[in-house]
Amino acid sequence: MIVFEKPHALTDTVLHYCPGCTHGIVHRLVAEAIDELGIEGKTVGIAPVGCSVLAYNYFNCDMIEAAHGRAPAVATGVKRALPDNIVFAYQGDGDLASIGMCETVSTAARGENITVIFINNAIYGMTGGQMAPTSLIGQVTQTSPYGRDPKTQGYPIRVCELLATLDAPQYLERVTVNNVKNVRNAKRAIKKAFQNQIDGKGFSFIEVLSACPTNWGMTPQKALQWIDEAMIPQYPLGVFRDKEA
Amino acid sequence: MSETVLMKGNEAIAEAAILAGCRHYFGYPITPQTEVAAYMAKKMPKIGGTFLQAESEIAAINMVYGVASTGHPAMTSSSSPGISLKAEGISYLAGADLPALIINVQRGGPGLGGIQPSQSDYFLATRGPGHGDFHVLVFAPSSVQEMADLTGRALHLAWKYRMPAMLLADGTMGQMMEPVNLPEPSNAFGDDNPWAATGTEMKRPHNIITSLDLSPENLEKQNFERFERYKKIEESECLWEEYMMDDAEICIVACGITARVSRNAIVEARKQGIKVGMLRPITLWPFPKKALAAAADKVNAFLCVEMNMGQMKEDVELAIRCKKPVELCSRVGGMIPTPDEVLEHIRQIAEGGNKA
Amino acid sequence: MAHHEIVIAGFGGQGLLFIGKVLAYAGLVEKRQLSWLPSYGPEMRGGTANCNVILSDDPVGSPIVQHPNVLIVMNTPSLDKYEDAVVPGGKIFVDSTLISRKVRRDDVDVYYVPATQMAKDMELGNLANMILLGTVIRETKCIKDETVEEALKHVIPARKMNLMDVNLKAIQAGKDYQP
Repeated sequence: MIVFEKPHALTDTVLHYCPGCTHGIVHRLVAEAIDELGIEGKTVGIAPVGCSVLAYNYFNCDMIEAAHGRAPAVATGVKRALPDNIVFAYQGDGDLASIGMCETVSTAARGENITVIFINNAIYGMTGGQMAPTSLIGQVTQTSPYGRDPKTQGYPIRVCELLATLDAPQYLERVTVNNVKNVRNAKRAIKKAFQNQIDGKGFSFIEVLSACPTNWGMTPQKALQWIDEAMIPQYPLGVFRDKEA
Repeated sequence: MSETVLMKGNEAIAEAAILAGCRHYFGYPITPQTEVAAYMAKKMPKIGGTFLQAESEIAAINMVYGVASTGHPAMTSSSSPGISLKAEGISYLAGADLPALIINVQRGGPGLGGIQPSQSDYFLATRGPGHGDFHVLVFAPSSVQEMADLTGRALHLAWKYRMPAMLLADGTMGQMMEPVNLPEPSNAFGDDNPWAATGTEMKRPHNIITSLDLSPENLEKQNFERFERYKKIEESECLWEEYMMDDAEICIVACGITARVSRNAIVEARKQGIKVGMLRPITLWPFPKKALAAAADKVNAFLCVEMNMGQMKEDVELAIRCKKPVELCSRVGGMIPTPDEVLEHIRQIAEGGNKA
Repeated sequence: MAHHEIVIAGFGGQGLLFIGKVLAYAGLVEKRQLSWLPSYGPEMRGGTANCNVILSDDPVGSPIVQHPNVLIVMNTPSLDKYEDAVVPGGKIFVDSTLISRKVRRDDVDVYYVPATQMAKDMELGNLANMILLGTVIRETKCIKDETVEEALKHVIPARKMNLMDVNLKAIQAGKDYQP
């Protein structure tokens, strides 16, 4: 009897993510949602530039690698050409909230019928731990070695709250994956974000507070705790828009 | 051929693209090409196509990338400063071996420059507009008829070779009206593109559209293969036109609007007994090197007429291996050389005798 | 061999491009070689604007008119700018309501038409441009009388086709005008 198996929407390729990184969990949740909704054959995913740049090797659906920050624009093009397909963009915080903020806001404002998965780990991972637009005040990174100072480096951006000022988005929710309960909740949100697209409801956006033990300089366990202690106070979990509710 | 109609160059581009089967347009307003977007905004919704005014030039080219990834023809249009912004996306299109059409109705630069016509994006277009080793097909129309014809050709060749193509026009070409016979509707793009990201339908392994390859050995191999393809294109896709070259002793090399101006000067010079002709490159990449090399065996001198500081002149000198002197008649910043100015250069070369 | 290189110049908003379009479409109807080139950009909104039209039996080389043989001007700065460019023996058409000075050249034919005043007197709105066009057609024969209406059908937007008669009336007034 099979009690637990790898989702079909994930390939057999070994993930390259660091120990304790939560990208793997989120990949799995996306793949489970795709499996359960039976949409793998018509899904096209857009990978970002960042740690998840190689996500195109991990998902079994057709995948497109976008330039840094441009995934929502690429997704827009794909969705306009293939309106009956399911299109998702998977992006990190540098990609989505810094270099790609214009595309993020504009795509949300158009209410494109796509699903965006936003991994917020408050740091640039792939390039080795630089300050992100979502880095916390006082957070030490390679490019904020004395801690993020709002006087010169500004304040972290709350993307869900920012997008909630727009009329178009259908669904905006912030979740995390730092314990079993939160993982189950994240799964529910991600699945709903895909279901919305199937139902033609429009732009659905899930922000996932994620751990980066390597660049945070913490053990995986400590990193998961840090989400509770430091990140959630800055980035409260919850639904910021649900036109159905 | 359809009936003859009067159209602006920019409108001819838009209609020709639609007739060639393009149904996805993404753009951002910039003078002097806005008529392309305006035409598409009117027409696309009526024929079930996409017109989308993007949030930026960068977004527009990446929307094109998205559509191209699905195996559908897509295009964007802009003018010089906007093309700089699109350069990133064009490099990714080239790296992912995707077809796309980019229209550049050039204006004076650098920087914000001006809005009057220019040919100063010659290097940008012909050297590969973006980072990395690559080329795009470059077409230089010199009439509204060619704006239409070359738009269709650019789309089809971009598709055939799976690479971006650029129509390199200028503000004059975009704004002027001339009679034009629009081509018959066609669609050479096909529905079956086994490489495209359209959903696996659970019937095949997943397709990946990417320009990333972290293995230097593989990336080198990809570059080599791409340049093998470029070599074939250089052998088979060069276009040029010769005008009064049979007995010419001086050969003008000019494209786009300056070729039109040069024709007037040639007619005048011939009246004065000067044997001058013109070789007009229609494709700027691939550049008609062989035709120029052949001309170098016949004429005494070349005269490049350009609206830049002599960018094409370098290609002419390379093509003829500096066998004959190459002079330059150039106006920049939105200024257009007059036939009188070109004539004066022709006279100087003729009177100077055999400089070589 | 008919070959007309025409410059139409004045302020933006005077209907200069419209004159050019009527000429160009008439050329199309008559199956002639032609080009129509407007100035473009901010100058079109209230500054000086111009339009180059070439009508010929031969293929058109440069669409930029360097030496017009027909010049139509609707403000003084345009007359100042283009007067010397006209070829000897060329024709200059001046809206004499708007331009008080005389043409200085003595090697060209000049036609002073108080087009703006005439449009006001005849209640033809802002159709001074069409009055001038009437005189131009009469004096240059650059397009045929019988193709004007067909050309206007191309140029007047479909929703404004009720303005056809008043345009034709203005052109006729220009044709009939005698100083």
